Amino acid sequence: MNINLTLFGQLVSFGVFVWFTLKYIWTPMMGALEERRNGIADSLSAAEKGKHDEVLAKQHAKKILLEAKNQASEIKAQGEKRASEIVDEAKNEAYAEGERLLTAARAEIDQEVSRAREQLREQVATLAISGAERILQREIDAAAHKDVVDSVANQI
Amino acid sequence: MAGDTLTSSEYIKHHLTNLTFGQKADGSLGIADTAAEAAQMGFWAIHVDTMFWSLLLGGIFLYYFKKAADTVTTGVPGGLQNFCEWIIEFIDESVRGSFTSKNVLVAPLALTIFVWVFLMNLMDLVPVDVIPLLAGWFGIHFMKVVPSTDLNATFGLAIGVFSLMIFYSIKVKGLKGFMGELTFMPFQSKNLVVQVLFIPINFLLEFVSLIAKPVSLALRLFGNMYAGEMIFILIAIMYNAGLVLGLFGGVLQLGWAIFHILIITLQAFIFMTLAIVYMDMAHNEH
Repeated sequence: MNINLTLFGQLVSFGVFVWFTLKYIWTPMMGALEERRNGIADSLSAAEKGKHDEVLAKQHAKKILLEAKNQASEIKAQGEKRASEIVDEAKNEAYAEGERLLTAARAEIDQEVSRAREQLREQVATLAISGAERILQREIDAAAHKDVVDSVANQI
Repeated sequence: MAGDTLTSSEYIKHHLTNLTFGQKADGSLGIADTAAEAAQMGFWAIHVDTMFWSLLLGGIFLYYFKKAADTVTTGVPGGLQNFCEWIIEFIDESVRGSFTSKNVLVAPLALTIFVWVFLMNLMDLVPVDVIPLLAGWFGIHFMKVVPSTDLNATFGLAIGVFSLMIFYSIKVKGLKGFMGELTFMPFQSKNLVVQVLFIPINFLLEFVSLIAKPVSLALRLFGNMYAGEMIFILIAIMYNAGLVLGLFGGVLQLGWAIFHILIITLQAFIFMTLAIVYMDMAHNEH
């Protein structure tokens, strides 16, 4: 086994290889690996952020839903209130109408009554006169006692 | 080839000889014809096969990783990018686990060591005679295809790591801090005279432990790969010893190759991890 110039040949080639590896292989490869690592890390954090956003969106949706529910029940309550108001109004109106009709009917009845009374009065007067006539035919002249009969009839 | 006129020991020796280029005894430059001639060339020679295979494998590594890096996308990765990312993330994890300081060089260093050493070790799984046979057709006598069974390759790597250790030790702690680490540890005393006496002892201990790091790095890888290669060669010799032994050798080779997959990966991983740990030690005061 001879030690000779080959030693230096090997030493120099080793040095050149190491330099070449450092400059043209290790640096770009590690750069690419590093870049990919960063890319993956970014994607992961983006995914994490997306998840977080989803949670926020869900919370937001829940809030909106709750508000809508509240609004709906409010509207419903208002509607109910309005409906009962309308019913009340209608009731009042009907009551008033009834009252009016009742008043009118009463007035008519009064009129009828007074008219009937008038007729009755006239008939009573006629009846009284005819009665009186029948009584007095024998004793009294109708014309002579007319003023007395009239005053009696007026008292009815 | 083992079947020719070679004896077993010649066959083994043939397989363990590098294709050496250097100055021959007569002064001319050329490729050594024998192992003895290769040894005679001394320091100023070069192992053409080791250089060729290691550069080829390093080139394959850099080519595919560069291709992945050029077409790198942050979206869904393709097959090649996926594979490269898998290795890079594995290395990154190892570095993060063992290296506590900040230095952009350490991770690429670890990546280079792991993949390159793994590929060089992987050549061990190619049957020992295939590539030398192919090379023989082109008139090349010697061909050692596993660069990590060459001490030069493993020491080249280890010295590279060691230089970076020294460089960053001095850069981070300063020359004074580095020398202090070598001389004021592990024995310390409040008494000045005793402390001065301790300096050479400390230096001896620390220096040995410092030098042991690259040496153990290089020898561990070399020893494992060399032994593995040797076993493959020994098994290959059985192919010449008749049908029954040849078949037995085939089973053995398969078993050893499967086991060896574990070893080559483990050795590449150990080399890388120790390099990271040594770099960490260079960056930290202790």
